[in-house]
Amino acid sequence: MLIGRVVGSVVSTRKDEKLEGRKLLVVQVHNQDNKPVDQYVVAVDSVQAGPGDMVLYATGSSARQTELTEGRPVDAVIMAIVDSWDLGGANVYEKWA
Amino acid sequence: MYLARVTGRVVASQKYKGLEGVALQWIQPLDEDGEAMGAQLVACAAVSTGPGDLVHFVDGREAALACPVKFVPVDAAIIGYVEQAVSKGEFIGRDRKS
Amino acid sequence: MFLGEILGTVVSPVQIPILNGQKLLLVRTLTPDGRRTGKTRIAIDKAQAGVGDRVLCIDEGNSARGIFKDPEGAVKTVVIGVVDYVDLESGRVYDKSTAKREVNA
Repeated sequence: MLIGRVVGSVVSTRKDEKLEGRKLLVVQVHNQDNKPVDQYVVAVDSVQAGPGDMVLYATGSSARQTELTEGRPVDAVIMAIVDSWDLGGANVYEKWA
Repeated sequence: MYLARVTGRVVASQKYKGLEGVALQWIQPLDEDGEAMGAQLVACAAVSTGPGDLVHFVDGREAALACPVKFVPVDAAIIGYVEQAVSKGEFIGRDRKS
Repeated sequence: MFLGEILGTVVSPVQIPILNGQKLLLVRTLTPDGRRTGKTRIAIDKAQAGVGDRVLCIDEGNSARGIFKDPEGAVKTVVIGVVDYVDLESGRVYDKSTAKREVNA
């Protein structure tokens, strides 16, 4: 999994019918030091994430292992909202700070 | 399946159901010289490990099969704590703090 | 499947149950003519391979689970054969009986 920040959402009217009702969010990848990376992914949301949230997303066939995405054309899913992380004992990110 | 070192931990209280109680950790994949190979990523800990530990992990859909609930959106899981890794006659990753 | 070279061993006393009793090896992907390429992986040994051997590996879960006869095993990379020789259009590029072992056991 990689960590990213929700920077936007995608609305699409004409899409595969299996994607109907799925919330699509734009996630910008951040590295372990919480520096944004020039890499974006559109992911289906399974944990009610919103703009500004730091989230964890899974890719590949793992992304279809949720009730929302099983058997659907999805290759990225947001599966957790990150509260905090630390690296080598030092706190890097704290949601409630 | 790859060799890696645990570098940190991630706390997420709002997770997809079935992932409650599963620890999330930052890992740095390593090559045969113990050098960093690619970017760090977050993995579920299917065995108990902590920052600084040498571990091995599996990526892809197999990662979910290592978790307590097997139908979960997980694409990387730590599946073993490595006590000793030897390549070219030398130990990998000794005497190094992450 | 890919061609690989066994570079070393991994000892893991605490691991998921399906791996208990299995030998883990460090494998580096090779091009057909023997240059190292790609990432270093850890593979489960199912072919009695040793350090320095050139081997055939799979890195795909369905096949690995078939070998372990466990439809829910978290296994992916497995050494399934030791290579005797490799022939390309240009001729024989690897022969186990004459190959130099560059890696120290």
